[in-house]
Amino acid sequence: MSKKVAIAGVGMSKFGELWNKNLRDITLEAGMAAIIDAGVAGADIEAVTIGNMSAGRFTGQEHLGALAVDMGGLGDIPAYSVEAACASGGAAIRHAYMAIKSGEHDVILVLGCEKMSDVNQTEAMKTISVASDWEWEGMLGATFPALYAFMARKHMLDYGTTDEQLSLVAVKNHKNAVDNPYAQFRRELPLEVVMNSGYLADPIRLLHSSPITDGAAGVIMCTEEKAKEFTDTPIYVESSAQASDTLALHEREDITTMGAVVESTGTALDRAKCSIEDIDVFELHDSFTISEIMLTEDVGIVEKGKGGEAVEKGLTQIDGEYPVNPSGGLKARGHPVGATGVAQLVELYHQVKGDAGKRQVPDTERGLAVNIGGTGATSIVHIVGR
Amino acid sequence: MAEHGVAKVWRKQQEIYRIQGNHCKTCDRHFFPPRPVCPECRRKGDLETYKFKGLGKIHTFSVVRQAPEDFKRQVPYIVAQVELDEGPRLTAQIVNCDIESVYVGMRVRACFRKITEYGPGGIIVYGYKFEPTMRVTGHE
Repeated sequence: MSKKVAIAGVGMSKFGELWNKNLRDITLEAGMAAIIDAGVAGADIEAVTIGNMSAGRFTGQEHLGALAVDMGGLGDIPAYSVEAACASGGAAIRHAYMAIKSGEHDVILVLGCEKMSDVNQTEAMKTISVASDWEWEGMLGATFPALYAFMARKHMLDYGTTDEQLSLVAVKNHKNAVDNPYAQFRRELPLEVVMNSGYLADPIRLLHSSPITDGAAGVIMCTEEKAKEFTDTPIYVESSAQASDTLALHEREDITTMGAVVESTGTALDRAKCSIEDIDVFELHDSFTISEIMLTEDVGIVEKGKGGEAVEKGLTQIDGEYPVNPSGGLKARGHPVGATGVAQLVELYHQVKGDAGKRQVPDTERGLAVNIGGTGATSIVHIVGR
Repeated sequence: MAEHGVAKVWRKQQEIYRIQGNHCKTCDRHFFPPRPVCPECRRKGDLETYKFKGLGKIHTFSVVRQAPEDFKRQVPYIVAQVELDEGPRLTAQIVNCDIESVYVGMRVRACFRKITEYGPGGIIVYGYKFEPTMRVTGHE
């Protein structure tokens, strides 16, 4: 049994609307980049885990595990497809983490991918909606933005969160993405533009929402011993935790808190034997800007209700006390649903390693990522450190 | 194979036509949609069928302006979480109400409406939506 699980290398495809590439191309691109970055040989890789939400509906292709092994020329090794809606990437990481911890495998290639732009926007929306409770929410007319709008309206009523604060999250994350070469939107977004964008579902505006994105990310995970063979400076996954909540949002007592995030963050911090104060950088799941605000509260950066204020005061900027989403987050880096959780770890890897370029958070030793599925029914938290 | 969607809707007629859920006699909690197991009492739970009165108030809401194909013709429409008087919340459209006049806390009652249709050859789905009580009964 391996005591520590390491990350030996990472890779990503460009995130965006990649019309001239298919799901295989981008996944292979990310996987190869990770393999080259880690300096492992194909024969070293013992298994593949691949996170994906809905390739069957987006592209008509399922059975991605076998596809990845086949395209990568990795032989006859086992491959596992993992699905947990928008947390599928995080779930693939966690699956590999558990396999290495248990001693079953020593070196695993973790992939996350989604090709969303092969269908039109309304079809994409419908596909995303199945991450909520389809029979009792989606089928009755509640779109995914509408469910987040439910939370946003309640948060605004209960805690006085404003439209401007929701918009400032988008402004901040777009600013960060300018320096991320893999991001979908590498341009700043003025506050007026966000605040004048139309409503998808009041009070959620178009520019409060993450985009439709194609993209893939890959990570080589292995035991501590193997990592030392591959690299002099391995990065470790200090802890991994997961929790669940009700699938339907209306079943929750308080819809302004994601209970699964509170639970899994607490467990992850305990297991890594650290407190929130010891975390230097955060990748929080901002599928809608309200979710970044809620997550800053749920992971314990600020107290309940102060998430809006936190962004307004600059607490969550790269140079703030608690930098959130230096990568640009889901809002600006893009949100290929199955790839996001892996992309978050790729960012933390660069941040902890200190090679994140202009978006580097200074003196980073430890980072925390929260990847949620649906409206928070799944939450997966990883802590990465040196 | 059933025509698109028939079996899917047919098997939950009681729930979506009548707002029928269940009630746990052990802990006195109501559930909608009906749950197979009481999450409080688990095996000690004693669930009985319960038809909700269909009265409640709006807990939170949104106005949907971009919708998937099935709902495009209805845009913009109000969708809300309704808190039933018996306790549980559900998600439903609010009708007979201007999008400007809906508010959190508004009293609503259930009504029977067409929800959507499953394209050519598919069936029409009926079920619950909610409307402001004032409109119909003239009092709270």
